Amino acid sequence: MSTNLYGLIGLAAGVAFILALKGLSHPKTARRGNLIGAAGATVATLSVFLYVTPPRDGSAAHSLPLNHLWLILGAIAVGLIVGVPAARKVEMTQMPQLVALFNGVGGGAAALVAIVEYLHLGSGATTAEVIFTVFTVIVGCVSFSGSIITFMKLQELMTTRPVVFPGGRFVIAGTLVAVLGSAVWVVNALGTSPLMVLAALSLLFGVLFVLPVGGADVPIVISLLNAFTGLTVAASGYVLSSTLLIIAGTLVGASGTILTRLMAEAMGRSLFGTLFGAFTAKPQEVSGSAEERPVRSGSADDVAILLNYARRVVIVPGFGLAVAQAQHTVRELADLMISKGIDVAYGIHPVAGRMPGHMNVLLAEANVPYDQLLEMDEVNPTFGQTDVAIVIGANDVVNPAAQTTPGCPIYGMPILEVNHAANIIFLKRSMRPGFAGIENELLYDPKTMLLFGDAKASLTKVVSALKAL
Amino acid sequence: MDAIAIISIFTLAVFVGFEVVSKVSSTLHTPLMSGANAIHGVILVGAIIVADHSQTNLELGLSLAAIILATINMVGGFVVTDRMLEMFKPKKDPVEKGGSK
Repeated sequence: MSTNLYGLIGLAAGVAFILALKGLSHPKTARRGNLIGAAGATVATLSVFLYVTPPRDGSAAHSLPLNHLWLILGAIAVGLIVGVPAARKVEMTQMPQLVALFNGVGGGAAALVAIVEYLHLGSGATTAEVIFTVFTVIVGCVSFSGSIITFMKLQELMTTRPVVFPGGRFVIAGTLVAVLGSAVWVVNALGTSPLMVLAALSLLFGVLFVLPVGGADVPIVISLLNAFTGLTVAASGYVLSSTLLIIAGTLVGASGTILTRLMAEAMGRSLFGTLFGAFTAKPQEVSGSAEERPVRSGSADDVAILLNYARRVVIVPGFGLAVAQAQHTVRELADLMISKGIDVAYGIHPVAGRMPGHMNVLLAEANVPYDQLLEMDEVNPTFGQTDVAIVIGANDVVNPAAQTTPGCPIYGMPILEVNHAANIIFLKRSMRPGFAGIENELLYDPKTMLLFGDAKASLTKVVSALKAL
Repeated sequence: MDAIAIISIFTLAVFVGFEVVSKVSSTLHTPLMSGANAIHGVILVGAIIVADHSQTNLELGLSLAAIILATINMVGGFVVTDRMLEMFKPKKDPVEKGGSK
């Protein structure tokens, strides 16, 4: 294949990625956009097998096929065997951590490519090439280890709360200085051992960077690390003289940055605060007066009676709905109430669940009509006229502490103001606090009734109780 | 490739990246992040190029590892995004999915 044709195919793939991102920004074209992106990536990958990139030392490119062709194909096969089943079998609830994991391996791949390139860099390398290679190693390693930590947090393999230890910010700042110092060392010394030190320090920094992040900020960090990985890919493109990698990487870096900002805005967080939370986080007193306080718990029949005489009901779904796979049951309940002439709407908090849009995806799966899903700004003014708010497995997104308790981890996050409804029903598994690990005063409110148990089981009971009325 | 051309491509791509996602409803944040995540899986192209260039076993081993990781990122990313977006498509016959937990 001629160099020009190879370049044009790369350009076509770049255009496909632009169309993909454009398509993914609108609900109607989203799926097609994703397929266009996949097609672009496939074509780009196939084209590398038909064109030998000349080595950087200026010697002529060898003829086709590629060296180590079978090993390369074997490695791709291994990747397919691991990646495809993981992506196909994962439960909707575990989607966020899988995205984090995929992002991490992408960052790891970029770092490895940079390390191999670095081993190639002889005395002929320009300073710019060395700097870009070192940049890719650092950011790729940070993205890799940081994503692994977010994965572990979301998978609840470790605590979901911010991990802050005394003097933590000095350790983190010190690590960052060490990373930058060793980067200078690597650029000047061009040796293998300085590079290994740099990679190790970068991996450590990635861990320390993500540890102090907790609760609702985790998705923002995933998005940010995603943008980071994009930039490393762009930097690899510079070193490998691949226009395609520069375009694709920069697109992801830029759109990922905007997306990170949009997410942060949706949650009322400052991006800066999230970004540099690692440096400013102070160890917090664990508020742990675990005194027994009375709560009002009810049965499914009590809930059904309350619903039967309501005129307007707002359903607020959260992560518990996802865990219990209760999206079909909640729709059944909503349909039943509508057939009884009750005005029903869903109040969707942008970050309910573990990721923005998580609830929309789940409820769309259960064919809940789109016009019943109200976003936060639409639904909040209506809680005053709402007879019953049913909170299903949500906690932090309705916690009034976000408005009333300065200094608590979610302070400032916009919430669904269910506290203005006449009655509140919480479907919960236990009294355990939400992802952010804060107590919810609303649970002790006299107008609150709790129905303990798995969301799906509880909803099924409420449905049959309501049918019997 | 000369530096000016690269800087031009980079700068223009930054603006395109900003523009295409500037207005997105929060519903699509997760699929969009996942789709962008899959796109940076094209580092696979770079991994294949360095595998072709590798001269020592260490280089070859590292680049093959990079190929495996990049393939997981790219293919897994597109598949998982498609599964998320499948949910937005109107279905005539909803099937109860997922086990009880």
